[in-house]
Amino acid sequence: MRFRKYSIAALSAAVMATGIAFTLGGAPAQAQGNLRIGMTANDVPLTWGQPDNGFEGYRFMGLLVYDALINWDLTSADKPSGLIPGLAESWEVDQADKTKWVFKLRRGVKFHDGSDFNADAVVFNMDRLLDEKAPQYSARMASLVNFRIPAYKSVRKIDDYTVEFTTQTPDAFWPYQICYILMASPKQWEATGKDWAKFALTPSGTGPWKLTALKAREFAELVPNKDYWDKALAPKLDKLTLIPMPDASARTAALLAGQVDWIEAPAPDAMKRIQSAGFSIASNVYPHIWSWHLNRVEGSPWNDIRVRKAANLAIDRKGVLELLGGYAVEATGHVVKGDPWYGKPSFEIKTDVEAAKKLLAEAGFGPDKPVKVKMLISASGSGQMLPLQMNEYMQQSLKAVNIDVDFEVVEWQALLDLWRAGGKSPQVKGAHGVNISYTTQDPYSAFTRLMRSDLAAPVGVNFGYYNDPEMDKLLNDAQNTFEPKARDEVLAKIHTKMVDDALFLWVVHDVGPRAISPKVKDFVQVRNWFQSLSGVTMAK
Amino acid sequence: MLGYALRRLLYVIPISLGVTILVFALVHLAPGDPLNAVVAPDAPASVVAKLKADYGFDKPLPLQYAQWLGRAVRGDLGLSVVNSRPVLDQLIIAVPNTLMLAVVATLIGFTLGAILGGLAGYFQGTWIDKFATGFGVAGVSVPHYWLGMVLVIIFGVELNWLPATGMGPGGSGSWEWNWVHIRHLILPAVTLSVIPCGIITRTVRAIVAEILSQEFVQALRAKGLLNGRTMLHVIKNVAPTVLAVMGLQLGYLLGGSILVETVFNWPGTGFLLNDAIFRRDIPMLQGTILVLAMFFVALNLIVDILQTLIDPRMRRT
Repeated sequence: MRFRKYSIAALSAAVMATGIAFTLGGAPAQAQGNLRIGMTANDVPLTWGQPDNGFEGYRFMGLLVYDALINWDLTSADKPSGLIPGLAESWEVDQADKTKWVFKLRRGVKFHDGSDFNADAVVFNMDRLLDEKAPQYSARMASLVNFRIPAYKSVRKIDDYTVEFTTQTPDAFWPYQICYILMASPKQWEATGKDWAKFALTPSGTGPWKLTALKAREFAELVPNKDYWDKALAPKLDKLTLIPMPDASARTAALLAGQVDWIEAPAPDAMKRIQSAGFSIASNVYPHIWSWHLNRVEGSPWNDIRVRKAANLAIDRKGVLELLGGYAVEATGHVVKGDPWYGKPSFEIKTDVEAAKKLLAEAGFGPDKPVKVKMLISASGSGQMLPLQMNEYMQQSLKAVNIDVDFEVVEWQALLDLWRAGGKSPQVKGAHGVNISYTTQDPYSAFTRLMRSDLAAPVGVNFGYYNDPEMDKLLNDAQNTFEPKARDEVLAKIHTKMVDDALFLWVVHDVGPRAISPKVKDFVQVRNWFQSLSGVTMAK
Repeated sequence: MLGYALRRLLYVIPISLGVTILVFALVHLAPGDPLNAVVAPDAPASVVAKLKADYGFDKPLPLQYAQWLGRAVRGDLGLSVVNSRPVLDQLIIAVPNTLMLAVVATLIGFTLGAILGGLAGYFQGTWIDKFATGFGVAGVSVPHYWLGMVLVIIFGVELNWLPATGMGPGGSGSWEWNWVHIRHLILPAVTLSVIPCGIITRTVRAIVAEILSQEFVQALRAKGLLNGRTMLHVIKNVAPTVLAVMGLQLGYLLGGSILVETVFNWPGTGFLLNDAIFRRDIPMLQGTILVLAMFFVALNLIVDILQTLIDPRMRRT
């Protein structure tokens, strides 16, 4: 029986030791001026200038360490952000030749390594993306951003603080395009052996934050750039720690356990739990639209405007909102009501099942002859919110008005492949549309690329081969209207036509919920994909 | 003995070659373009083509395989398509983290499993047996990512005793065997240990029960040997099988901790693989799977040799 006695004793000791180990756990760490953010990205966004991880990469790396020639105004929570001078003090188009833009650069700006920002740096950075023969050319970086500057043709240094850009054709959207090109230090690139992968470990920009530590997939640490050129936007925190946390439950747990002070996109079902623990949820509508992009190839039921309007009237958006814990805004168009580009559409997007049924009856559809459509959707994906649940909810709404929806569920990257391939491609197997959420931050992304007929897939991402000469003219007019107010008016006409023709099936706009510790103060969530952390402080 | 070890060592060569072919084929079987997940959705075709050429993805698959193998043999696993950093550099950071987690989890699983299994086998049919068997079944049945989340909720969020995620201050590379860091290891290691614990409990129980019913045990008892002494003989007979099971479990844990590492944000190979899968980082995927497979092969080899050392009967076969 000695064995029995010893074994039980050993077991008890093990259990006790485990118990003691658990009891000895410490209290959550104190912040003390260090803001720790749990991002949704799998990895720290690339630090070499042009970030990966989409707009989250710009938000939490690109626009912290770097500046563009033109920046976004990230100060107002009440209206969509506009463009403001960044590393360029001013810019104007040449009235005689509207393919030429002259940018006057800001003087006295230094990169984090102490070198001067000037016209040579601008040329260096453009060649990094667009001149394959330049030693600093990086195809990887180009693959991340070149699609955002389709107008670019060339750049020329006029003097140390003046550059001239030439665009392919006259393009009033150019300021919206150049704001995605971030300026990295040529001197630092040389100092790191002309190797962008090494540069990424000790990057140097002109931005309000300096990167001081980087561990791939673990964290990035940044400290304020004390010499930041815009004193009004100099960071107030001591330190910023960015932690990739792709799993929503892990993010939520880390927040509740006090390991981070801020998490991006908490799981909707955890909102109440987070709030009951004393955390706040910051949110604000921003240029994002969750919609169905309709395929308009021959034979598609969506070619009938009555079917498109009926579908838009059938969706129970309040139900979708409930599904999202209230963290969204019902869509009444491609952009939010009140946006300068909203216009005055006569077709009111709301829930009206009877009107939807009537429209479908006029189009020859009814309970005995339902509309049958197949949609391409994903189970997850960047900006897709809760795609499965939301699409199933829509399926239910549409069924009620005699639109039978069948889904082809594919993995997120595969969905993007199909989107690029376009609605005519055999790969999409006759699908009548695709569910991909879009940014509406700039006019090209919001309208042109999705609707201009010469940008039909696979040249561009006009997935549905939508082709309307009137819309093409409006889009070209907008691109050729250089006075901002007048341009906004043309964009409003575009949006009015979009809604009146019910070109998409619009559902909700995301409000970018983020859960924040009560210790975090003075954060203003602006109506933009990007957010400024400069004014944020931490209670001790 | 030496001949046996050398022979087994030679087997590693065709096995490794088979593994590389399998790894390469499986990774390339996945539908879609190898770069689509890392380039922007509407990146210009010319840029994507240039990038493809840079990474050699424009060449026929057999040629890609030959080139990759040629480099891998020299210790060059290529560059990640996501961040352009050498795959090997990233693996050097991640492998020790996973190894630490897996070894600790195996030790917990082995210790607890051996104790529970031993007790269950010795006290067959009693409540101890029922408890241990129930524990074993639960251990192999419970999804460990679910258990991980539950443990985080209880010990990380509600009780706030242990950290919910990460590897401690400074992350990997700054690990020290002190309480500040060890507390980060407890939850993931316990979560990961549940499956080996269940398997070892069941294995040990079955073998102990079987050995206890063998005639030599009766003979030992008849000779008047005390229980403790008898158990020493039982343990010696149980050890080779348990060792084999433990080696395999360690191998599984090395490769199978993707979900647990993701739930706990543990910067090991599982986290690396998760990222590589979602972003179709083929060089990273190939490199990581290859290194893990090599660990598995090496572990098997070590276990086989250890088994031969422990059990003289093996040497005769």
